[in-house]
Amino acid sequence: MAEIYLKQLAHSYLPHPQAPSDYALKQIDLTWEDGKAYALLGSSGCGKSTLLNIISGLLHPSQGQVLFDGQDVTQLPTEQRQIAQVFQFPVVYDTMTVYDNLAFPLRNRKVDEATIKTRVQEIAQLLEMSGDLKKKAQGLTADAKQKISLGRGLIRQDVAAILFDEPLTVIDPHLKWLLRMQLKALHQKSQRTMIYVTHDQTEALTFADQVVVMYDGYVVQMGTPQALFERPAHTFVGYFIGSPGMNVLPVQVAGRQVSFHDQTLYLPQSYTPAPNTSLALGIRPEFLSLHREPTFNSIPVTIQRIEDIGRHKIVRTAFQDLIINVIVPDQVAVSPEYTYLSFDAAHIHLYANDWLITAEDTL
Amino acid sequence: MNKTWNNKAWWMVLPVVLLVAFSAVIPLMTVVNYSVQDTFGNNQFFWAGLQWFEEIVNSERFHDALIRQFIFSAVILAIEIPLGIFIAMNMPKKGWAVPVCLVLMSLPLLIPWNVVGTIWQIFGRVDIGLLGASMKALGIDYNYTQNIADAWITVVVMDVWHWTSLVALLCYAGLQSIPEAYYQAARIDGASTWAIFRYIQLPKMRGVLLIAVLLRFMDSFMIYTEPFVVTGGGPGNATTFLSIDLVKMAIGQFDLGPAAAFSIIYFLIILLLSWVFYTVMTHLDKQGQKS
Repeated sequence: MAEIYLKQLAHSYLPHPQAPSDYALKQIDLTWEDGKAYALLGSSGCGKSTLLNIISGLLHPSQGQVLFDGQDVTQLPTEQRQIAQVFQFPVVYDTMTVYDNLAFPLRNRKVDEATIKTRVQEIAQLLEMSGDLKKKAQGLTADAKQKISLGRGLIRQDVAAILFDEPLTVIDPHLKWLLRMQLKALHQKSQRTMIYVTHDQTEALTFADQVVVMYDGYVVQMGTPQALFERPAHTFVGYFIGSPGMNVLPVQVAGRQVSFHDQTLYLPQSYTPAPNTSLALGIRPEFLSLHREPTFNSIPVTIQRIEDIGRHKIVRTAFQDLIINVIVPDQVAVSPEYTYLSFDAAHIHLYANDWLITAEDTL
Repeated sequence: MNKTWNNKAWWMVLPVVLLVAFSAVIPLMTVVNYSVQDTFGNNQFFWAGLQWFEEIVNSERFHDALIRQFIFSAVILAIEIPLGIFIAMNMPKKGWAVPVCLVLMSLPLLIPWNVVGTIWQIFGRVDIGLLGASMKALGIDYNYTQNIADAWITVVVMDVWHWTSLVALLCYAGLQSIPEAYYQAARIDGASTWAIFRYIQLPKMRGVLLIAVLLRFMDSFMIYTEPFVVTGGGPGNATTFLSIDLVKMAIGQFDLGPAAAFSIIYFLIILLLSWVFYTVMTHLDKQGQKS
């Protein structure tokens, strides 16, 4: 067990990176606390797997250090780091039985057979594979193979962290849910650091204490699911988390006033953004409401579509060329005559070049 | 349902039937014909029954050639298969070296058999050959025309030179098809190089190895041109393999009857052994897939 600290870490797959765009992973400083469950969230190709492979030592970073409990392991090979990793596609040793597959990581580390036996049985029970231990791994289904891969990741007890690289991609939805619950339960029981890579926000939000959102090689935000929802640090976070994602509208800002087109909204705090930045207003659909009459901080809109998805309705509204999504709770009335869109100013965030800007001290 | 029967469709098959008949069936039947008849010339044939077959099966000459043939094929497989795997594992995986390596490796495969024989025949000559002359200069007594061991070594090394590339290239293709994730997982699992070979690379190469073993066995069992060019089957009969002996009998001595019986027996042995190899290895494969 250990705290993992990534110090001024960056990675490029090119031998001589020049521009920032050459880096698959832009410079980050990140601490993964011991024993927590993390989700690493981002769209495909944003550098999630690169980051994971650097932690496990499959990749050596172009610059920066990886520290386990303060100890520099940057140049240590994978085998000498106490790290387990499960990959997106199942890897099984075809010629071995399920038992031998699960025992493999322990046997390679010269653990005695009696301990191996108890561990294998524990893990097999957890994965509901106790009956299959004597079977050859080759003939199994993709589901079962991936469970074996998961099992091999979980079997060592001395690891600093277990890394999951989209491990449930190939598993069918019903079992996926079950396995995620088991992983979560296992984490609570073992209190081992787990880092779970996914591009599925539900998966990330249900699994993790802390979610790390990556975008285009940047770690844009690390925080609790609630923090990501309430204060997205980057428009991508706002857009990527939430269904539908945050509305982002290009605006001009002057102190407490934001304006777009011919409309002006009033904010509780005052902002002085740096000049020559592209400014945007972000507000989640949950904090917008629709009314028949104009109210404070409201703009006239036309309603394009009302979609009832059970728990609430998603209303698609248009203001000139802007499309704004609104979530209307189930018991609240809405119809095409509700043409005034009101903003809850407390939940408006402002972004300069896509990054959240903070208000000046409120007097 | 009323099916329309139109037997004219059989005409479509005719070209293939004719082609196969002229290229395979009729020549083969000629051989069968010879094998059960005897002639004293003038194109007059007499029924001989299984006499030639009995003669061949009981002849010491055939036994000796057969034994030499088995030893040769066994030696070839024992060297070329492990060596091919070893080379494949050490070939570059990416970069400019890959095409260079692949082309160099394929070169021996592109050289015609008799040219390979000639190359080695000259290469090994004590008077003008690079190999032979160097050996002589080093004081090693090497002469493939007189010494049985030297002749065998030359023929075996020549075959290894000619055909190991094939095994290596097949294995290389097998290795290249292993996803990177397997190696990554093995490193996470702390597997040794040997364990990676034993549990990942070898099982993944099983399919191509089956093909490599079959091809190399059949080819080496039928070998004719290269040893014929280099040693002519000598010294004495030391490198007279089955096909060389067969040609001697059929064309040298013009014993068409025994030679025909010989070739049929030869053909049946290859067929039987290939079938055994194939059955054993596919069985192993199935066993691996089941429990």
